[in-house]
Amino acid sequence: MALDRLTGENSILFARSEQLFDYARSKSLWYLAFGIACCAIEGLMSASGPRFDFDRMGVFFRASPRQADVMIVAGTVNRKMAETVRRLYDQMPEPKWVVAMGACASTGGPFREYPNVVLGVDQIVPVDVYVPGCPPRPESVQYAFIQLQKKIAERAKERVDAARG
Amino acid sequence: MSDPRYEVYEAGLIGEGMHEPPVLPAGLRRSPSGVDGLRTEHLVVNMGPQHPSTHGVLRMLVEVDGEEVVNAEASIGYLHRGIEKLAEHRRYDALGTLMDRGDYVSGIMGELAAALAVEQLLEVEVPRKAHWLRSLTSELNRIASHLVWYGTFGLDTGAMGQFLYAMRDREAILDILEAISGQRMMFNYVRPGGVVRDLPPGIDAKIRAFVDGFENVYLPEHDALLGGNEIFQSRVKGIGVITREQALAFGLTGPNLRASGVRYDVRANRPYAAYPELEFEVPVGETGDAWDRYLVRMEEMRQAARLIRQLIDGMPEGPHAAKVPKVLRPPAGEVYAAVESSRGETGVHLVSDGSEHPYRFHYRAPSLFALQALEEIVPGHLIADVVMIIGSTDVMMGEIDR
Repeated sequence: MALDRLTGENSILFARSEQLFDYARSKSLWYLAFGIACCAIEGLMSASGPRFDFDRMGVFFRASPRQADVMIVAGTVNRKMAETVRRLYDQMPEPKWVVAMGACASTGGPFREYPNVVLGVDQIVPVDVYVPGCPPRPESVQYAFIQLQKKIAERAKERVDAARG
Repeated sequence: MSDPRYEVYEAGLIGEGMHEPPVLPAGLRRSPSGVDGLRTEHLVVNMGPQHPSTHGVLRMLVEVDGEEVVNAEASIGYLHRGIEKLAEHRRYDALGTLMDRGDYVSGIMGELAAALAVEQLLEVEVPRKAHWLRSLTSELNRIASHLVWYGTFGLDTGAMGQFLYAMRDREAILDILEAISGQRMMFNYVRPGGVVRDLPPGIDAKIRAFVDGFENVYLPEHDALLGGNEIFQSRVKGIGVITREQALAFGLTGPNLRASGVRYDVRANRPYAAYPELEFEVPVGETGDAWDRYLVRMEEMRQAARLIRQLIDGMPEGPHAAKVPKVLRPPAGEVYAAVESSRGETGVHLVSDGSEHPYRFHYRAPSLFALQALEEIVPGHLIADVVMIIGSTDVMMGEIDR
């Protein structure tokens, strides 16, 4: 799909609607304002701050899961929290993606010996991108969003290919 | 139910539906029949754990009568990670990594509390330069932490601009702290015996430039932007009053206690690190409302900038750490060490049995006491004020749940 090269001169576009929608989705990934622990300061607050300014990539926070496309799991998830994480994920409309930010959300991190801690949020919700670090820098989270955009573009291609047979 | 409108029902004089509507002046629309006589019931509103303004994963169960809060209960434990238990299986020099992740916005102060406790057990003499470096990084971190509070407190009122300006200044501090310690948030810079490394060359000028700009331009700007805003003032003045007696009874420390008029600061009352040699003022409030807590924190940032200037000017020469063994085995004993973190008295109670792991590690988290006071002060306010009161106490769930 040549959407990126669309100019005023040659402004007719032939695309599958799935491709068009997924292109639009990948450029406005709204994440759920759901900070659990330390990573929230880096991945949600610094990220929306002036230096990293995720807004220019169309990435911005929404307070309600009903309006969110992406869930950044930013922090340690314990057994009491696990239920809430799953419930928030279920409340998000399709299509939805999950970014496991930091060591805790990926594997349990420095707290993995403690029996109360869930060893990676992928045991509760399907994870699309893992971000290493404790905490990861906001640049890492930015990179995660670029990877997610690529993943969404590939998904559109796969779906079109599948439709063609 | 002391509302006089209901007395007739409670006395059993008039049955429901037989209420006589009040006589209204001509021209005024009568409310639909029966509205004045309606009985209302209390509603329990659940706030959190995912709420954009509860500052982490705090869950508040708020019982409301219309718009008024009659009861509030905090449910904690959504971030319980077993920091105290895990510490019993960590070596003494690794305690700082856990403290970093407790109060994650002011990590240096947590590390310092753990390091001070271990040093008391070991009876190590810490070099003078290490003391000064610890105070310098603590004060830089205090400004960064208060800026996070300032930004999010404004967000609670619905303002956005001050958050962006606060984050801009915080990034400048994080650049300095990253140059000193190598990390943006989990510094792991203060270790038993001293600090990890000396100041990198050329950082003095950077810190001086930041402090000059912050003290003279940015901080007055911050204060004018939020504190000078009439809407903000009307939202916070007279809200969430904690009296002096209540503050002492709940064991509050830090800015929350000082806003209630008690002049208690660990840096001044039980000095540690380089604070005995430094000059600073301890700001106190008068009434103990959210506005006073705002003023105290803003003044604390001003004092922190003043301290940083003194620390940079008088930075002594010498080694930055004492010689300590690689594996620490402090003699058996029990100590308590406290520091003034940005939220209050962060203390570490450490029990050693002579082995290389602590026997017991207790972390006194100042936010926990502020949270307990919330349940007492929130009832009687409007539901919109609940968020403001939580924001004004600056509770940090990471250290409450541990």
